[in-house]
Formats: sequence, C-alpha cells, structure tokens
Amino acid sequence: MSTVGEAATTTAGTANGAITGTTTGTRRLGGRWLGVLALLVIALVLPFLLSGYRIFQLTQITVYAVAILGLNLLTGFSGQISLGNGAFSAVGAYASSILMIKLGLPYWATPPLAGALCFVAGYLFGHPAARLEGLYLALATFALSIVMPQVLKLDTLEPWTGGTQGVYVTKPVSLLPELISDDQWLYFFCLAVAIVMFVVAWNIVRGRTGRALVALRDHPIGAGAMGIDTVSYKSVAFGVSAMYTGIAGSLGALVAGFISPDSFTYLLSIQFLVGGVVGGIASIFGTLVGAVFIELVPDLANKISESAPWAIYGVLLIVCMMMMPWGAAGLVHSARAWLARRSTRRTRS
Amino acid sequence: MQAFLHQLLSGLAMGSTYASVALALVMIFKATHQVNFAQGELAMFSTYVAFRLVGAGVPYWAAFVITLGFSFIAGIAIERLLMRRIQYASPLTAVIVFIGLLVIFNSMAGWIFSATTQVFPSPFEGPHAWYGTIYLSPHEVGMIGMTLVVLTIVFLFFRFTRLGLAMRAAAENPQSSRLVGIRVGWMLALGWGLASALGAVAGMMAAPKLGLEPNMMGGVILYGFAAALLGGIDNPWGAPIGGFIVGVLENLAGAYLVGSHLKQTLALALIVAVLVFKPSGLFGRTVVVRV
Amino acid sequence: MSKRNWVVVASVFTSACFGFAALTGAVLATGCEKKKPDGSSSGMAGAGDKGPAMPGITATEIKIGQTMPYSGPASAYGAIGTTEKAYFQMINDKGGINGRKITLMSLDDSYQPPKTVEQTRKLVENEGVAFVFGSVGTACNTAVQKYLNEKKVPQLFVATGADKWADPEHFPWTIGWQPSYRTEARIYARYLLKEKPAAKVCVLYQNDDLGKDYIAGLKDIFGDQYDKMVLEKASYEATDPTVDSQVMTLQAKGCDTLITAAIPKFGAQVIRKVFDTGWKPLHIMSNVAVSITAGLKPAGLDKSVGIITGGYLKDPNDPNMANDPGIKDYRAFMKQYEASLPGIDPGDTNALYAYGVSMTLVNVLTKCGNDLSRENIMKQAASLSKFVVPVAIQGTELTTSATDFRVFSQLQLSRFNGTNFEPFGDVLSAD
Repeated sequence: MSTVGEAATTTAGTANGAITGTTTGTRRLGGRWLGVLALLVIALVLPFLLSGYRIFQLTQITVYAVAILGLNLLTGFSGQISLGNGAFSAVGAYASSILMIKLGLPYWATPPLAGALCFVAGYLFGHPAARLEGLYLALATFALSIVMPQVLKLDTLEPWTGGTQGVYVTKPVSLLPELISDDQWLYFFCLAVAIVMFVVAWNIVRGRTGRALVALRDHPIGAGAMGIDTVSYKSVAFGVSAMYTGIAGSLGALVAGFISPDSFTYLLSIQFLVGGVVGGIASIFGTLVGAVFIELVPDLANKISESAPWAIYGVLLIVCMMMMPWGAAGLVHSARAWLARRSTRRTRS
Repeated sequence: MQAFLHQLLSGLAMGSTYASVALALVMIFKATHQVNFAQGELAMFSTYVAFRLVGAGVPYWAAFVITLGFSFIAGIAIERLLMRRIQYASPLTAVIVFIGLLVIFNSMAGWIFSATTQVFPSPFEGPHAWYGTIYLSPHEVGMIGMTLVVLTIVFLFFRFTRLGLAMRAAAENPQSSRLVGIRVGWMLALGWGLASALGAVAGMMAAPKLGLEPNMMGGVILYGFAAALLGGIDNPWGAPIGGFIVGVLENLAGAYLVGSHLKQTLALALIVAVLVFKPSGLFGRTVVVRV
Repeated sequence: MSKRNWVVVASVFTSACFGFAALTGAVLATGCEKKKPDGSSSGMAGAGDKGPAMPGITATEIKIGQTMPYSGPASAYGAIGTTEKAYFQMINDKGGINGRKITLMSLDDSYQPPKTVEQTRKLVENEGVAFVFGSVGTACNTAVQKYLNEKKVPQLFVATGADKWADPEHFPWTIGWQPSYRTEARIYARYLLKEKPAAKVCVLYQNDDLGKDYIAGLKDIFGDQYDKMVLEKASYEATDPTVDSQVMTLQAKGCDTLITAAIPKFGAQVIRKVFDTGWKPLHIMSNVAVSITAGLKPAGLDKSVGIITGGYLKDPNDPNMANDPGIKDYRAFMKQYEASLPGIDPGDTNALYAYGVSMTLVNVLTKCGNDLSRENIMKQAASLSKFVVPVAIQGTELTTSATDFRVFSQLQLSRFNGTNFEPFGDVLSAD
C-alpha cells in the first residue's frame, strides 16, 4: 500500500529523522530530549497526585501505549496492516497467567517470557502472511482476532485457560507499602516496562532493521533488489509487533486482575488501530496520544451523552480524522514544517 | 444425504446475504479503493427505517422502495460530505472514519429504536407460499431469488446503460474520464448510493431470518468482507460467488469438519488459506506493475 | 496565507483547544476527587479506607451503581438498567426510602470485563457509591468480585444466572438473585427422567457460561446416564449471524428432545428453523430465551406452541394473569413511566426481571432503616425472610441466610399454548 507509505513518511518525519533524511540540527534534537524529559517527570510525579482509580487509568494508558507501539512498528514502519493484535494480547495475557499460576513464577518475570512466546507466535503467523498484501492481510489478521475468543473457550484448553469463566490474576503487592500503594507500585512497574519497550523500539527504528522495514514498506521491489530478505523481515516485523502486544497483554492482565475470552474480542484490535492512527501510525510518541485517546475519550463521550455515548465517540473520531488526517504526530510535523518555513521566509527577507 | 442437502441449501440462503454485502463492498472498493466497514450498520439502520414505515401502516413493497431511496441518498450524502474530504489522506484514515461511522450508526440505532429484537416482516411468507420446502423456508427461497434479481439488475445496469458505463470508467481511470467529460466526483457518489441501497436490500432480506436488532449485521459484515476478498476484491462477479461459497462453507465446516465450537475458526482459516495460495482471491486479477 | 497554511493553523489551534480542555478537565476532575467521601482518594500510604461509616449515603440520598452492556452484542440486556432506573424514579416520586432518594449510576461496559473493572472502580472510588447493584454478565461480575469483596462493597443481586454467586464462605459480599442456570437445567433433567426416561436429547447452547452451566446441570442429574441420554450438543458464538446449521446438525442426529440454552435472539432463530424443517421435538428452552416479545414473537407465536420452560416469574401475557394484582401493578408502572422506557414493552421479560429485583432491593434498603452502612445492607440482604415478590410465580418466597445465599430456588414448569405460558405441575425446588 504505497499510500500508507506516504502517510507514514509524513508522520515519521519527527520520529525517525535519521531514516527519512530530514535530520535536523542538534538544537531540534535537544528540544526533543527536553520534551522526553518533561514527559518522564510528569509520569513519575502524577501517581502521587491522583486517586486510585485515576492511577488505574494511567496504568491502562501506559499498557495501551505499549500495545499501540507494537501496532505502529508493524503497520506504520513496516507497512503491514494488522487488525489482529488483540489476539496476541490474549496470548501474552494467558501465557503470563499460566506461568504465574501453573509454574508459580513471580509477576515481574512473566512479561519477558510472554513477550518471547508471542514473538515466536507472531513470527510463525507472519511467515505465511507475508504473501498477503493490504486488504488481504487485514482480513487474515482480523480473522485471527475473531477466532481467538473461540479458541480460548475450547474445552480441551480449559484446564489452562479457565474456559469461559476466566482466570484471576493476582495483583502485585507493593514492596514499600508505607510509601507506595499497590496501585502506584503496579503503575511504576508498567511504566518501567513501557520505558524499556520504547527505548527498544527507538533503537529498532533507527537501526538496520528499521531501515530495512521502511524500505520494504516504501518500495518492496527495490528493497528486494538491494538484498533484503522480504519474507524474513516481514515475519520479524510481525514477531516484534506480537512481542510488544503480548507484553502489553501480560501487563494488562495484572492491571485488570482478571482475564477471560470476552476481554479479547475483535473490538480490542480495532481499538488499537484507532489509537495508532489517531496518534500517528508511524510515530513512536504518537502512541501516547493514541493511548490517551482510547482510554479517556469514551469516558468523555459518556459525560456528553449518557444515552448514546458511542455515537459521540464516533463523531469525535471522525472529527479528529478530518482535522488531523495524519494523526497527532502528523499534525506536529506539519506545524513544525510550517514554522520552519515561516522562519526561513523571515530570514530570507 | 438429506442432511447434507439441507446444510448446503441453508448455506446458500445465508450466502445470498453475504453475496449482497460483498457486492456492495466491491462496488465501493472499485470506485474508491477503500473498504466500507460501516456497510453493515448502514444496512441495519436502513432496515430499521423500513421497519418504522411498515409499522406506520405503509405496505411492505412501498416501504421497501422508500427505504432503498433513503439509503441511496444517505450513501450519496456520506460520500459527498465525508469521504470526499479525506480522499487524499492515507487509507488508514479512511478506515478510522469508517469505524467512526460504524459506531455512530450502531449506537444511534440502539438509542432511537431500542436494542430489543424486533419482528421484521417477510413478503415471502404466508398462505400463498407454495415454494417453501423443508430444506428452505419460503422466506429463504425469496431471499435467494431477490438477491439473484438484484445482482442481475446491477449487472445489466453496469453493462448496458450509459450511466453504468460512465461509473465504470470513473472507477477504472478517473483522469481520462474527466477528460471525456464525466463528472467523476458524482460518479463516486452514485456508486456509494448504489452500494448503500444494495446493503439495504441485504438487510431487509436478512432481518426476518436473523431478527432485527442493532447488532444484526455484525457477524454478516465479517463474512461479507471475507467473501469479497475470496472472490477477488476488484471483481464484481467474484464477490457474489464468494458470498455463496462462504455461506455454504460455514455450514459444512461446522456440520462435518469440526463441530460448531470451531465453526467460525475453521471457516475463516480456510478462507485465509485460500488467500495465501491465491493472494488476489479466486477470481481477482493479479495486478502486474511495471517497476 | 495559502489554504494549506490555514489548514495547519486551524488544526494546531483546534488541537491546542482540545489539549487545553482535556488538561483543564483532568485537573478539575483530579481536584474534585480529593473531596470525595471515599477514603481511597489519597495516593499516599496504601492504608485501608478511612471513609465515613456510610459511604454513598447522605441524609437525603442513597447512591448506588452498576455496569450494564448498553452497547455491544449484549446490548439487549440494557433494558434491565433502563427499567431499574425508571423503577427507582417511581420510588423517589413516592417519597423515597425512609425519606432518602435513591440514585442509580448505570455505566456502560460493553460486556467487556476490563471495562467493567474500570467502571466499577470508578463507581466505588470516584463516585463513592454505597454498593454495586445488579450488574449484568458473568465474566463481568467475576472480574470485579474479588475487588468488591476485598473492599467490602456489597455486590448485590447480580444479573446473571451463573451458579457461583451463592458462596457466602468465600465471597460474603456477593449475592445473586435469579435461579441459577445450573438449577434450571437440573430441573429440566429431573423432569425428563420422570416423564421421558428414554428421551434422546440434543442440546444447543451458547458457548459461554450460560451454556456451560446448563450442560453442567444436566450432567449433575443424568450422572452416568448422561452419555446415553444426550446424543449430541452443539454450540454457537454470540457473534455468529445464524444458528441454522447447528439446528440441522442436531436434527440429523435423530433426537426427539431438544434443550436450547440461548438468548432470545438466537432462541427465535432456533424455533423458526425447527418449525421450518418439520422437526417436532420436545423443545425445552432456557427461561432467558422465552421472552415473548424478544424470543417468541420474532419466531412466530404459532411456531412456538409446545415449548416448555421453567420460569420463576409470572407471564405478563397470560390472560389468566390479567387480574393478578402483582401483574396489574407492574403494568401500571410500565404505563406510567413509558417516557423513561423507550422501546421497552411490558411483555419483555427483561423489564419484568428488573421490576422484581428492584423491588427486592427496595425491601432490603427499607429494612435497613437508618443504618445504611455497607455491613448492614449486606446483612439485610442475607436475611430475607419469606419475602414475596408479587411478580414471581405463586407460592415463591425469597429467603436467605448467612449460609444460604440462594435467593430464588424454585421454578415452575410451563408450556406455551400460542398466547401465553400455561403452568403445569407443582412448583419445583432445585434441591
């Protein structure tokens, strides 16, 4: 889908200047690091100002951000549209719970293991799926997210998955109960994991793999001619995306304290896509905007109209897309480009 | 044998709904290269409109025609007001807009018409329905018949009328069409209108069978989408055939292959498997691009 | 400025406005939270709640909350929440409960457990409700069961028929209301063993807790006979468009008895398909499926003749019930508050259910008097003593105790005669 490529290039300008060649001077880079630092400070301070429920929401936002990041790596940077990430979220969540309950592993050991398992699952799915393009891939991934609940409810898997009844996941307990409540502890744990995942994504995008993926997205034939193994890289992209979503799934299980097949319907995959596009599909920081959108906007819609909240949500969604067709990151990019043009115009005259 | 025939025919009945939805999807795709995920909800909403008309005393076929008109206009309105503004944006943006539309229609239907299942009348049932058998109820026979009639009309329209030709040209090659004097924008809008009307037919045919409620078309749109891709998303013949295949496949998979608890899984897995081996669908054109 | 620039400026301005609005909103909301009566508004020390003794209660108000699937595949159940709101409005119009108005906050969770967790936490921690009342969905209620029990918040009269809610030993703050699906299935199984011991049974069930509980109930009573009696079972997903294929599969097995554990939408499809194929089994349907408005009418009343169900509420469409005082009051209520009940008609069993359970709650709250602490509310709920709900079948008395959280445990078998359900036999008990 070449137009996805164009979209991605526009939004990607800010996030991966190194790749698209719009590398800016150290001043801009410095500005960006300041922004990141500010975000980090806010992230660390916020839980001490909010109540338990709000901290819960904040933790959910962090978890969604990781999931959407996985989707962005796949759809934005590698050009493979995926409507099936909810399914990998389920795999991660259930893997995590099985590891905790059946093998007695502590909660902090489960995200990496769940992630590794999901990487393998994603790679195996991505291998045959690499032959599919655009809409066909969308269908294949959508089909995956539709059948996942049905698979989870299978009688044969019931001793592992708890079937339709679901499984309780023990919430982590704070190690410093005097200073940090359980909710805050869980938030910091998720935040730590999220930061690690963001750093990893940053490095992937700026490294060889990232360049290969972008090449694949923008010009698959040229990339093949340059010696990039298309199928292999596409499968890796799927694997990485699944890994991210799986880790998000396992964190999500800890946050909700309970998982069941109903928690992972195709609606979840659609939510991830909405978050990804609203934030800017090829942007790493756009994922934060997307995560905030999918977590808070439904509540906002409910406040506006109690009888038809989802209609309001739909309207807000459409308005967002009209105003920012390239997502929030695209908007930032356009704004900065506009400012840059204005400043050069001024200096010229 | 009897059971097999039963499953097969019942599959064809449901398949007729998938066929109509698939054709509607393909029509919009050919014109705009976008898949309208909100097609099902639009169809459902139109069916509710018909339901209210019938409830107000309007005779069935009059209500049918009025509803077709309503959805036709609604489709045109959506294209002119909404889709035209985002046509230069990425296809993902369009997908999100469709999702927004889907959610709006679903929610509005629940709010305006309530979520309780309603009884939608069928024009094919009644004492005069000689054509019902134990394999196919009178309504199911009517469903299949109506779908075939509508498909034929659509085919004749596109093949033998000037307007149909103009629409095909606009979809195939918008730039050249403009040069020839065809108003491409309005052709797209017409395409949307026709697709919505087609969806409304699918909805009104399916409602007596499935039960009219806001989530009626949820499962249908998935299979319609799968059917459209199976038949080849750019082939208007492939879509209805794909629809019938999917309907039958769904039934046979559940009855003979894995049992109902994995029916959905197997049906979709098979479709995806076909796509892996034939990436542009059964009847789709493999696009060869000059690099 | 060129058009492109206008677009950019407009976009930046709009998103700046959104951002500012969001920030303001968040700050305001945060600021407000700290003043909530519930103790967990402070993020510091993870100590227990130090809220007032009667959270959610003021001199003039009783604030309660629930989650309902107002959207998504289960949205038909949203009618329950709407009817309950109208019922409490009626109570308030009559002066409230011991002088206090009852406010029900009903939030949408789209039948998704993670959303239920979020909304329930919001109700308890943000809104400071006294207790959670009648939320719908087994998975949804299971998701918050531990949390509510840990926080000692009553989870009253959950709107699901799963068997697990009557467990005062492990979950003393959770109590159900309707007879469990498992109980219902046991009663059907007993009936079959008595009346048709050589029955060849087929089961069509929804692939979730609803269906699985039915299977479990049948197994409880059939025991070793289960494999001999049940020839085939077929399931469907709530996302399936149609269940015709499953019905045909079961018919092909040659069963003479069909048990359908489904929701009304699919129940209607089953009835229609069974009729159209000319199959005439002894058809037993779960009581949630046989709502006349939502289940039987869409199928065709004439096609539904002979269906048996085990009900615990009276049938409002029964002409014999026209002069029943309970049903008359119910109809009067539905008529009077019609404006608050769009699209919901008195024949809808969801509405009847909501009426009955709300009445039970009002009774519990009235018995609490002025002590509306959570402990006392739970205590009163667990000490119902032969409480009669006028819309329940004749002879039913609701009794609970500290060790027995089963509110309803009796059912009445009845058969549909084309217009209404005709009871037959005695009122049967689950045990």
